[in-house]
Amino acid sequence: MNAWLQLAGVFSMLSLLAVGGGSAVLPEMQSLLHQHFNFSQTEFVHAYSVGQLAPGPNMLAVLIMGEMIDGIIGALIVALAFFIPSSILCFYAGRLWTRIGDTPWRHSLQQALEPISIGLMCSGVYTIAKESLVNWQSCALALLVGLLLLKTRINPVVLILGAGLVGFLSGYIAS
Amino acid sequence: MAAKSNVATQKIALHQIFWQFLIVGAISFGGGIVAYLKELLVTRYRWVDTDEFVVMLSISQTMPGLNSVNIAILMGDRLRGALGAWAAAVGLLLPGGIIVMAIGLIYGINSNHPMANDVLGGVAAAAAALLATVTWNLGKRTFMKRKSLALLVLTFVLMSIVKWPLYLVLSTVLPLALFIYRPTQSSQAGKPS
Repeated sequence: MNAWLQLAGVFSMLSLLAVGGGSAVLPEMQSLLHQHFNFSQTEFVHAYSVGQLAPGPNMLAVLIMGEMIDGIIGALIVALAFFIPSSILCFYAGRLWTRIGDTPWRHSLQQALEPISIGLMCSGVYTIAKESLVNWQSCALALLVGLLLLKTRINPVVLILGAGLVGFLSGYIAS
Repeated sequence: MAAKSNVATQKIALHQIFWQFLIVGAISFGGGIVAYLKELLVTRYRWVDTDEFVVMLSISQTMPGLNSVNIAILMGDRLRGALGAWAAAVGLLLPGGIIVMAIGLIYGINSNHPMANDVLGGVAAAAAALLATVTWNLGKRTFMKRKSLALLVLTFVLMSIVKWPLYLVLSTVLPLALFIYRPTQSSQAGKPS
């Protein structure tokens, strides 16, 4: 029961702090899950990474974290807590938006949020990268995948699965 | 109680909203959902026009939460009110949610397998690369301007190096950024300051 309340509390707070999208809260999510549930950095990065294989919003990976912490109920609590608060806020903001009209401060807010959300996304990249780029092989693999993503139109899921296969083969050869 | 005034010109049924968002939620592998939504619901079905979509996108980016889910909420509300918003958001999240749970189950069963760490190591390296390229593509303009780059770096340093909690980072950097981008005389011409 207490774990359920903690899960709901952590993820509804993250929901309302997710300025500029879900990856902005990755560092905070990682440290809160570590604090409250003793979730290791490796578990966190694994849950995030395998979550990228599913269609839909990339932050659906939070359901895997909920599932790892407290099974199906944990996943359900996380889903409700992470998606409902921000959605309700956006719903009412949408209705107010046109009523407020085109004030200069609205434009200022949009301009002000852009560098902050990109900065937070960079922190998200850092959180995932410092745990996943641990030796020259993983750095080389990430570099190759990054180049393919920028230069070709191959679907990211194919590249992620390919990278998993490369990881498997290198482990297989090494053993 | 209050009758909804500005409904879409052609009335779109709730199940149609649910179904179209479900399709996007099921086929959008590898991210880029906003582009899928625009292609399907603006270009092909013309449920809203491009101008409306641009407004929805800027609200989605300004408010917290995932952009794609926020757009679903706004578009559902625009088409069929609160129920439409629910139908769109649930439709968008349902297929990926189910698949992600299955993946989680497989992970839970196999995470102690000796090969699992090798596979997951590769998957995680690629996921890091994916997030980095998404960030780069979104941030290109922000990286190029001096003021916004300074705010970006400050946010990153406070979050990842100084390791402040997120609410503290936001309540420090946001007022500063609002001050830097405050409305100028020319943008509010005619109004006394």
